[in-house]
Amino acid sequence: MEILVCVKRVPDTAENEIELNSAGNDIERDDLVYSVNEWDNYAVEEAIQIVDKVGGTVTVVTVGDEDADEVLRREMAMGAQNGILLNDEAFEDSDAMGIATLLKAAAEKGKYDLIMTGAQADAGYAAVGGMLAAMMDLPYASLVNMVEVGDGKLTVGREIEGGNQEINEIELPCVLSIQTGINEPRYVGIKGIRQVSGIEIPEFDAAGLGVDPATVGAAGAKTKRVDYFIPETGEGAEMLTGSTEEIIAKLIDIMKANGGLK
Amino acid sequence: MEPLIAPAQYTFLGIPTVLFSVLIPIVGIALFTYIMAKRIAPLTRARKDERFDAIPQRIWNVALIWLGQIRQPRYMMGGVLHILIFFGFLVLALRSMSLVVIGVIPDFALPGFGHDQMIGMIYNVAKDYAATIVFVACFVAAIRRGIFRPERYEVPARFGKDHTAEAVFVLCIIMTLMVSESLFEAALVAAQIQTGAHAHFLPPGSLPWFLQNSLLNTPMETLQTLHVAAYFIHDFTFFFFLCFLPLGKHFHVITSLFNVYFMRTRRGNIKPIEYGLSAEEMENLKSIGVKKLEDFTWKHILDFYTCADCGRCSDQCPANTVGRALSPRFISIKGREAVFNTYPLTGPILKSENLVGNVYDEDEIWSCTTCGACEEECPIGIEYIDKIVDMRRGLVDDGEVPQTLQKPMQALAKRGNAWGKMEKKRADWTKDIAEECPVKVVDGEESVNTLYFVDSISSFDDRMVDIAKSTAKLLQAAGENFGILGKAEKDSGNEVIRFGEEFLYQDLKNHNMEQIKESGAKRIVTADPHAFNALKNDYQLSIPVEHISSVVTRAVKAGKIKLKTITDATRVYTYHDPCYLGRHNGVYEDPREALNAIPGIRTVEMLKSGDRSFCCSGGGLMLFYEPHEEERMAVLRVKMAAKAGANVIVTACPFCLVNMEDAIKVAGYEGKIEALDLVELLDQHMVK
Amino acid sequence: MATVYAFVAHSDGVLDDSAAELAAAAKKFTDAPVTAIVTGSGVDAAAAKAAELFPAVWKIDAAELAYPNAEVVRKALLNNLDAGAVVLMAHNTFGMDLAPGLAVKIGGAFVADVVDIEGADGDTLKVIRQEFGGVVSTHVTVDMSAGAVVTIRPGAVAPLEGAAGGAVEDKAAGDVSAKRKFIEVREPEAGDVDITKAEVLVSIGRGIEDQDNIELAHELAKAIGSQAEVACSRPIVDAKWMDASRQVGTSGKTVKPKVYLAMGISGSFQHMGGIKGGVIIAVNKNPNAPIFQVANVGIEADILEFIPELTEALGEL
Repeated sequence: MEILVCVKRVPDTAENEIELNSAGNDIERDDLVYSVNEWDNYAVEEAIQIVDKVGGTVTVVTVGDEDADEVLRREMAMGAQNGILLNDEAFEDSDAMGIATLLKAAAEKGKYDLIMTGAQADAGYAAVGGMLAAMMDLPYASLVNMVEVGDGKLTVGREIEGGNQEINEIELPCVLSIQTGINEPRYVGIKGIRQVSGIEIPEFDAAGLGVDPATVGAAGAKTKRVDYFIPETGEGAEMLTGSTEEIIAKLIDIMKANGGLK
Repeated sequence: MEPLIAPAQYTFLGIPTVLFSVLIPIVGIALFTYIMAKRIAPLTRARKDERFDAIPQRIWNVALIWLGQIRQPRYMMGGVLHILIFFGFLVLALRSMSLVVIGVIPDFALPGFGHDQMIGMIYNVAKDYAATIVFVACFVAAIRRGIFRPERYEVPARFGKDHTAEAVFVLCIIMTLMVSESLFEAALVAAQIQTGAHAHFLPPGSLPWFLQNSLLNTPMETLQTLHVAAYFIHDFTFFFFLCFLPLGKHFHVITSLFNVYFMRTRRGNIKPIEYGLSAEEMENLKSIGVKKLEDFTWKHILDFYTCADCGRCSDQCPANTVGRALSPRFISIKGREAVFNTYPLTGPILKSENLVGNVYDEDEIWSCTTCGACEEECPIGIEYIDKIVDMRRGLVDDGEVPQTLQKPMQALAKRGNAWGKMEKKRADWTKDIAEECPVKVVDGEESVNTLYFVDSISSFDDRMVDIAKSTAKLLQAAGENFGILGKAEKDSGNEVIRFGEEFLYQDLKNHNMEQIKESGAKRIVTADPHAFNALKNDYQLSIPVEHISSVVTRAVKAGKIKLKTITDATRVYTYHDPCYLGRHNGVYEDPREALNAIPGIRTVEMLKSGDRSFCCSGGGLMLFYEPHEEERMAVLRVKMAAKAGANVIVTACPFCLVNMEDAIKVAGYEGKIEALDLVELLDQHMVK
Repeated sequence: MATVYAFVAHSDGVLDDSAAELAAAAKKFTDAPVTAIVTGSGVDAAAAKAAELFPAVWKIDAAELAYPNAEVVRKALLNNLDAGAVVLMAHNTFGMDLAPGLAVKIGGAFVADVVDIEGADGDTLKVIRQEFGGVVSTHVTVDMSAGAVVTIRPGAVAPLEGAAGGAVEDKAAGDVSAKRKFIEVREPEAGDVDITKAEVLVSIGRGIEDQDNIELAHELAKAIGSQAEVACSRPIVDAKWMDASRQVGTSGKTVKPKVYLAMGISGSFQHMGGIKGGVIIAVNKNPNAPIFQVANVGIEADILEFIPELTEALGEL
């Protein structure tokens, strides 16, 4: 099976304290550490596991600048055979629709049976997979937490409310967005990353992809982020203060008052 | 003329028994050679190892550990029994070989060992007592093993079947050897006495002496039968035993000498991925670490052969004690079984399977804290840490890393510390003591004599920064011209290399070595034993590396640091030896001296201290991963402190302190027991 | 501005809480009547309920729509929607499945997981979203000139109250053949406990740090009494430290305890989405943890220290 996995380089929020910059129009990026979007990493692992079972190749693609090269190589060290970098100044500040447009152009350069994305990334739109599928007229399932390969189709589980799993059959080719927890992504060591450091990664710009620059990037974006801000705290919680004994005494009173203690 | 016909001249049913005297050794030796050839095959296919250096030290190790048996009495009962059997065997080896020849040449004696020669007479007395002692020791051992069954010999179901039967069987074989050899002699002497011939002297109280006395009224005919039968029982048993040795745990009788000679001569270090490869060649290896049997070095396979199943490693192993999946003894035993199964005595060599998943399980491999208690204890020089690390390297290479450990590894790669804290905040702790004790950050402009290598946990952990602060204050008081690397410092990588991520470790090491060189420092001091070990043993720096306890001890002795008297008389202190300070680096005394230098201090030792210190579980990135266990190591340790009557646990390692403070809460000793780092205690009692 | 629609979720004839929230959200940027869309098979009751909230309701009733399959629903909607339509829906697992593709097919803009709407300036919709797991917020503008799909975070907008008394109009589903087929819904294996019935939940998150520390939570629950159970947030289940049956959140159980003790839980909206009542008491050592925004009572403390102390104090009562 030929699988394309769309990945994104994002600030690693678990390892960073996200703060606003002094101008307030962006987060402070100087000291950020970037890595592959967590959901995408699960998607790549799933793709590799599928290929291990049924054969084929895994290709990872990302939209980004030279820095994005590192996440492609990381996923290649994990086991993806090919990487594709979509890099053009015109791509900057694309909205989800723009990213999906670019990925569609890249996907159509190959012949993929399955395209995967992470369920969501840092901005939390959870949109690219569904858009890409619609643009390519392929069936789609989001929040996938189980994939079984069948004959010309997949059986997929979607994570839905209440901890339930919605089982669907979906025809190939198709697009899936992958939820965390679907597998246990393998560790990628320094050695693996170095061993793929010499591999040539094809790069495409707008012309190379045959995409009209006006339809992507800031120019094509219908959804625009104006600024970043830290929300007013509003009411928030009533913070209990004092010594631990005092806090616990107050807490026990609150629990009693609300029927939590008998 | 002897009153009995010697086995060399006897005929049985018309067959001259000399035939058996010749056949048994020939068949025995042929079979033994065949088995040994099969056993050596895997060694030749295993990886290279560098064990041919440091010859004087290796000879010294043999003299002390093999011949001197110095590690045996650490377990008194078993140890003393072993020493008796061991020396008995050494003495009897000559006699056994002579006996083989006696089956053909009746009067054979080694030159100088004749019945009428001085050496021979002394030797004969010695070997008769030796046989007696071995017999009694084996008898006691068999009872101990078979009836009293000390707990440490138990085989948990997941590791296979009980080994008691094999142990008792071998003890019976040895007893048979002793009895048959003695009976052979005793029957002859009884006959000599009965016929009034010149009787050989049998030392009173010895096994042959008892037998001879009980045979004085036995008919000559029976004595003749006993004499010859005893000989051939001995002869057969001897060669049977020889061929039986390489089939199981008694292989150590043959291999231990070699295993001790080739045992590790350096401490605290980790073996390279493969010996004799450059950094670049290692990076280009298709596969690294140990995944299959043949990926072990020949010494590590020799370790498997040599394990005597004594269980001391596992008895000392903290992971095993708290019920984790790991029991070092079974690393060896399962390894040996795997070698035996893959290289069968008959039939073709099988294809090796992946070790993890078939022989060992992942949890077993990740359960080790690399504390080194097993290696410290092993009486025959078996190594575990390098094997575990090698298997971890294999797992890391295959991406099989527990999920919870992936984040810290990633953080180490990107930020140089496992917590993912920002590099620029590494020296933030100095701000709190800026007035009292300004700490220089070596950044090319400042030059210092002494570099204080803080390492990550003491730089970033909210609680452990106190260790850094106290260390700085002590260094200042000791009059040291010192500084820190600040944001230029990265994690020492002590845990990284032991975790099996060699290349990340190399990056960290190269970075730090470069920074250390640039700092121009003449020596390094650290308060973190993990950093101490990495810098000292893994980095192989050209400048000396010291732990703060050694620096402080000297400064106290020199009068540079003066300490106040302990005011609270109710406080009883106990020192917990950090593994990477004590066992891996032999620093046991300096921290104790520093502690005892505080006037009026009351100290007690815990049951397990010094080289038997019980790991807190801080090593090997265990702060981020905990395998299934019944109890936390540090909780057990806190209970040991309580049992010793201490209410302050003093340690000299931030990892230990993290674990101890947690464990005090978990064990319910909050408010009753306190944990402190040595530098904090000294800082508190410094006359300023 | 083109017509604004609200795709309304429902089950068993009862509207999802998000329906009234969508009605309220629409009010924030348009005074024009909003048409609710109810799809399914045999959905008269739901449509009638929707008519109480919206001035107009489309009912698309077809056997193929019995289970909400996003691909099928999308086709049914596209067979009916006019060009340039603006569609609101909840940012739930079905919304995530349906909305992005619908936006593409409408040819409009897309904005997801909106937490508030500031209003509209002509065809420009102004919304507030969050990024990086809720640590920072952003103002976002959406060009609705060619239509738009907007998903609203459940629970973020106060629901609209009052009766609209709208009329229900039947719409045909049209051709809804799909390449994706719904098979079944599998429920998680029943765990040993039912956290949805507990009156008090001691719920633990990443702050518990270690599997062994989970025992602390059990001890606290025990000290509180038989009405208390231990629950957790998603990372704990992902780490396989606890059974999925104990997970609270949109991908776990929805709970309505009297007291919810959130111990070391940062407070992602996915987690908070699973708490439907009771007083929320949050203990977290990070004073900036988002949970303090949504909890009723906050305590800044390390749970590894706080829990044992609380357990002890309760033991002394």
